[in-house]
Amino acid sequence: MATKIFMEALSPTMEEGRLVKWNVPEGAAVKSGDVLAEVETDKAVMELVARGDGVLRKQLVAEGTTAPVGSLVGVIAAADEDIAALVSGAGSATPAAAVPTAAAAAAAPVTPPAPAAAAPVAPPAPAAPVSTGPTRSSPLARRLARESGLDVGTIAGSGPSGRVIKRDIEAAIAGGGVTGVSRPPSAVAGADFTDQPLTQIRKTIAKRLAESIGPIPTFYLTAEYDMTRAVEMRAQAAGLGDEFKVSVNDIVLKAVATALAAHPEVNAHWLGDKIRYFSRVHLGMAVATDDGLIVPVIFDADQKGLREISSESRALAAKARERKLTPEQYTGSTFSVSNLGMMQIDQFTAIINPPECGILAIGAIEDTPVVVDGAIAVRKRMRVTMSCDHRVIDGAVGARFLLDLRRMLENPLMLVF
Amino acid sequence: MPIITYREALNQALREEMSRDDRVYLMGEEVGVYNGAYKVSKGLLEEFGENRVVDSPIAELGFAGIGVGSAMAGLRPVIEFMTWNFALLAIDQVVNSAAKMLYMSGGQYNVPIVFRGPNGAALQLGAQHSQAFESWLAHIPGIKVCSPGTPYDAKGLLKSAIRDDNPVVFLEGEMLYNTKGEVPEGEYLIPLGKADLKREGSDCTIVTSGKMVLVAMQVADQLAKEGIHLDVLDLLTIRPMDVEAIYASVRKTQRAVVLEEGWEICGIGAQVVDFIQRECFDHLDAPVLRVHQADVPMPYAKGLEKIAKPDAAKTIAAVKQVMYRA
Repeated sequence: MATKIFMEALSPTMEEGRLVKWNVPEGAAVKSGDVLAEVETDKAVMELVARGDGVLRKQLVAEGTTAPVGSLVGVIAAADEDIAALVSGAGSATPAAAVPTAAAAAAAPVTPPAPAAAAPVAPPAPAAPVSTGPTRSSPLARRLARESGLDVGTIAGSGPSGRVIKRDIEAAIAGGGVTGVSRPPSAVAGADFTDQPLTQIRKTIAKRLAESIGPIPTFYLTAEYDMTRAVEMRAQAAGLGDEFKVSVNDIVLKAVATALAAHPEVNAHWLGDKIRYFSRVHLGMAVATDDGLIVPVIFDADQKGLREISSESRALAAKARERKLTPEQYTGSTFSVSNLGMMQIDQFTAIINPPECGILAIGAIEDTPVVVDGAIAVRKRMRVTMSCDHRVIDGAVGARFLLDLRRMLENPLMLVF
Repeated sequence: MPIITYREALNQALREEMSRDDRVYLMGEEVGVYNGAYKVSKGLLEEFGENRVVDSPIAELGFAGIGVGSAMAGLRPVIEFMTWNFALLAIDQVVNSAAKMLYMSGGQYNVPIVFRGPNGAALQLGAQHSQAFESWLAHIPGIKVCSPGTPYDAKGLLKSAIRDDNPVVFLEGEMLYNTKGEVPEGEYLIPLGKADLKREGSDCTIVTSGKMVLVAMQVADQLAKEGIHLDVLDLLTIRPMDVEAIYASVRKTQRAVVLEEGWEICGIGAQVVDFIQRECFDHLDAPVLRVHQADVPMPYAKGLEKIAKPDAAKTIAAVKQVMYRA
């Protein structure tokens, strides 16, 4: 039986879509779920997927053409099936000729393909488009929702055709009642990370914000730290002998690593269907080379002392410039730092290195007049800007991390403990 | 515990029951002098004599009818069909005489008879000799249908079948006769109508019986390596079916695949799915899927026969589909 391909409502407000590209040529075999074409909606370029098995017999809309939601854009059928009746009368995709409104489109029936008769494993009947009809859900999911006082219609389904299944309810329950920011579960002893399935609120934040800004919805937090004590500490340490010589950048790295250990909620990877919170801190440090930027990693940086961080960062930077880093040395970071202070950059925003969720951009230390205890004083100030992946890190979460970092850098004695 | 073949287990069951009760006798083609087409009756003629082990002519309807009559008259016959494909000729005696007599005589005549023999496909026996008839037979009120897949189950169930006061159809398998398994020494019985949970898992239930139990166990082993743990529920008796065992398992795992040797349409799986959807609806997280023979006469060509049969790969695909892992 033939399956009509309609321009589907791929966003709630979509009324028409521009067929950007056919991914499947006429005459090619397709299976239910295959991506047939890319469609530009009012919000994004989305995928139009096959709702039945067979051969893509006809593309009724040319690439680059706009068609109203609900209009016929193609036909899937058996290779030898007569589709003349389906094709005639379609094609011209004017709103008058096709289904005129999105509301009517939602009611437009989509012929479900017949199940394969002789297949030894009988497949379940393929489902109609996600955008039409009530929420699909398994009986178990409905029962669990009822027992938990959840409305199954408000939960996004991860099963075929958006069917809400058990795991979706469990995820919703796990995220239930989330009003603020929940701390990630404490790491199991011995495990390097904790996987937390996405809660509904997390899913919605991810989807909405990604639609709004690129694939990584980034926002930026800037803070100005008083580095006077850190600079003094560095000078005093250097006076004790060469073996105590470290850079201000080393102190910053040490402080960031220590703060990350206390804030696993920013020491994380975005993995699409879950967030991985790390209990170990592997700090990436951006190094400029003649070839471009590379980010070697100081593993377990929070466990290392200043001297160790200093010698390791120097060695990694040297190797980076000599192009002698091995892949193990520049993969696996959980968070990164980029410092352009030595280039006299006051402040800047760095680009997140996915799947990491944050990067800290360090500016130059400047002698700056500031008010201290009611009087103007000259202090050494440094601006840091954290780029945050909003799918993982909310504003307040990032701010709390920066607040801890401020305490450490403004009171560098804390790094001793 | 001794490890013996399925055929030896059946032989022990026959020998023990014939020794225990002299009303029990065996009749069929080649069961005596030839020791049985599949040697299930080996040594029985020698031990029990030709009144108790009767070689019949090649006339299935005739000797099945003699069996039913002798059962009505007080004996406890075991009728061996060389294969259930040949038993089609005798189906009138099974369905119209044995299954109906107790009902139509108002309870005056019960028919304590066992019809047994190999069922289902072996290898390249062609369309007429490769059929699985459990759904035909289980359709009929008045007969019980057993389909054991292991030597242990075969012995314990056959003894119970022989002692049952009503007709029992006992489905064996040509490909099963040589399979081995642990069978304890001494007497034991397996009750009719009780399923056996052969493997316990948490993720999905496979409901099956007979030869397909071995396939299901392979599937369970393989999927365990991928972290999917199956309940393998061996029905053992297809009619009456142990529905409570099915419900308990499906309510636990919330997913099911029914694996059977025969065809799809009106198959055993269709019945199992019906029971599940009625009694476990609110527990299901996915549609119940079925694995079965392709809807064609069994091809003779080796490659085609392989494709037509239900197997581990098809079962794994079905399990993954109901797990949403496909």
